[in-house]
Amino acid sequence: MYEFKFHRPATVRQAANLLAKNEDAKLVAGGHTLIPVMKQRLASPPHLVDLSKVENLSGIEMKGRALSIGAMTTHADVAGSPIVGEAIPALAYLAGVIGDPAVRHRGTIGGSLANNDPTADYPAACLALGATIVTNKRRLKAEEFFAGLFTTALESDEIITRVTFPLPKKAAYVKFRNQASRYALVGVFVARRPSDVGVAVTGAGADGVFRVTAFEEALKKRFASKALEGLSVPADGLNADIHGSAEYRAHLIGVLAARAVDAANGK
Amino acid sequence: MNLSISLTVNGERRDVALDDPRVTLLDLLRERLHLTGTKKGCDRGQCGACTVLVDGRRINSCLTLAASLDGAAVLTIEGVAHGDTLHPVQAAFIAHDGFQCGFCTPGQIMSAIGLIAEGQAGDDPERIREAMSGNLCRCGAYAGITEAVLDAQHTLAAAEKGRAA
Ligand SMILES: Cc1cc2nc3c(=O)[nH]c(=O)nc-3n(C[C@H](O)[C@H](O)[C@H](O)COP(=O)(O)OP(=O)(O)OC[C@H]3O[C@@H](n4cnc5c(N)ncnc54)[C@H](O)[C@@H]3O)c2cc1C
Ligand code: FES
Ligand code: FES
Repeated sequence: MYEFKFHRPATVRQAANLLAKNEDAKLVAGGHTLIPVMKQRLASPPHLVDLSKVENLSGIEMKGRALSIGAMTTHADVAGSPIVGEAIPALAYLAGVIGDPAVRHRGTIGGSLANNDPTADYPAACLALGATIVTNKRRLKAEEFFAGLFTTALESDEIITRVTFPLPKKAAYVKFRNQASRYALVGVFVARRPSDVGVAVTGAGADGVFRVTAFEEALKKRFASKALEGLSVPADGLNADIHGSAEYRAHLIGVLAARAVDAANGK
Repeated sequence: MNLSISLTVNGERRDVALDDPRVTLLDLLRERLHLTGTKKGCDRGQCGACTVLVDGRRINSCLTLAASLDGAAVLTIEGVAHGDTLHPVQAAFIAHDGFQCGFCTPGQIMSAIGLIAEGQAGDDPERIREAMSGNLCRCGAYAGITEAVLDAQHTLAAAEKGRAA
């Protein structure tokens, strides 16, 4: 790790000022992506702005018909929350299959979304559920937030404060884990929303998380795994690596989407 | 730049002035507080050798900057026994051959103590294996580790009952 200056602001405003004032400063939340990347010297921010003591950034609550999760809320807190378990059980399940327990005790939803790792789990939930990412400056729809590999719409002095999820009628997440890293080789989140269907895929897209509109259209007509029969996702634009070819990932997307629909239907 | 933090480590208050913010909790424990029971395996969150409890929760100390932990309570392997009486999880690891070389063992034991406190795994060996999945063992002592966790869980539950009665 290269040297850096460490800042411990107490409010979002102070944190934003520190980001604006210090060029190339970075926020650190759980540190479970940023610290290993800095140790490998793939990142060398001259300033780190620590969010751990910033007030009002964690917590889970219902706001009207939407579930609101603070950016610094850990994966373990989302997984174990009775509020999330009641409102969107698929989201609690997703948080509970991120990495391992030690990772879940430090990693945060805000850090995961800001990082937009192409194999991370939360981006699929945000896209399928139509979540809104709330920052110190504005509200961004998930659709406009994710902008390709490790890239988001966030500006350099922008801080995610919370994420809001409108409640779906039904939802499920099915993850096919890489057995060593436990990241998603492919993960599919399916949500039946009041007037829409969302099918979002992580782990497979060469540009990161994406929606499968062909599946969504079919499921809008009939929300049953049978509706997906005969449909497939082209292997073009999918990742290929030592863990699986693009064709294999394309096949997994179909299989996991059908399983997710069944799971959402309680089958 | 000097950063001062104050921690409780194994019940004892420690005030630390950090001359460099790069110090992780793991390096703080090993290099500055001379508590070398906690091990460094991968140094990037993948092996669990560095597992300690912070405010009761198991975490990877190699990925946590000490400077972020002002005010936290840390429990390490050095703090779990009572004098010469081993913690029930330590005793169970010995009884069930839950290790060979022992390098991963402090992390396994801290993770098991955290897991038992979380109270989520129940009696199902598969759920124990899943809940211990962040702790790798290159010697492959997994079968003994799972048995040890199950056994220690029973011992601790029985002790709890005894206290309540
Ligand atoms: C062994 C291991 C296994 C893992 N397995 C999985 C897995 O299966 N699935 C998965 O999804 N993830 C996995 N992760 C990643 C983990 O979920 C990370 O915690 C997460 O991606 C980043 O969250 P963090 O809070 O640690 O962020 P940090 O590492 O602190 O920050 C990550 C990035 O986000 C920025 N950032 C942080 N908070 C904010 C904010 N509020 N606003 C704006 N920017 C912010 C930082 O500046 C940084 O660029 C794994 C990690 C490890 C070490
Ligand atoms: S040394 Fe921390 S997880 Fe391997
Ligand atoms: S006992 Fe040797 S690594 Fe686990």
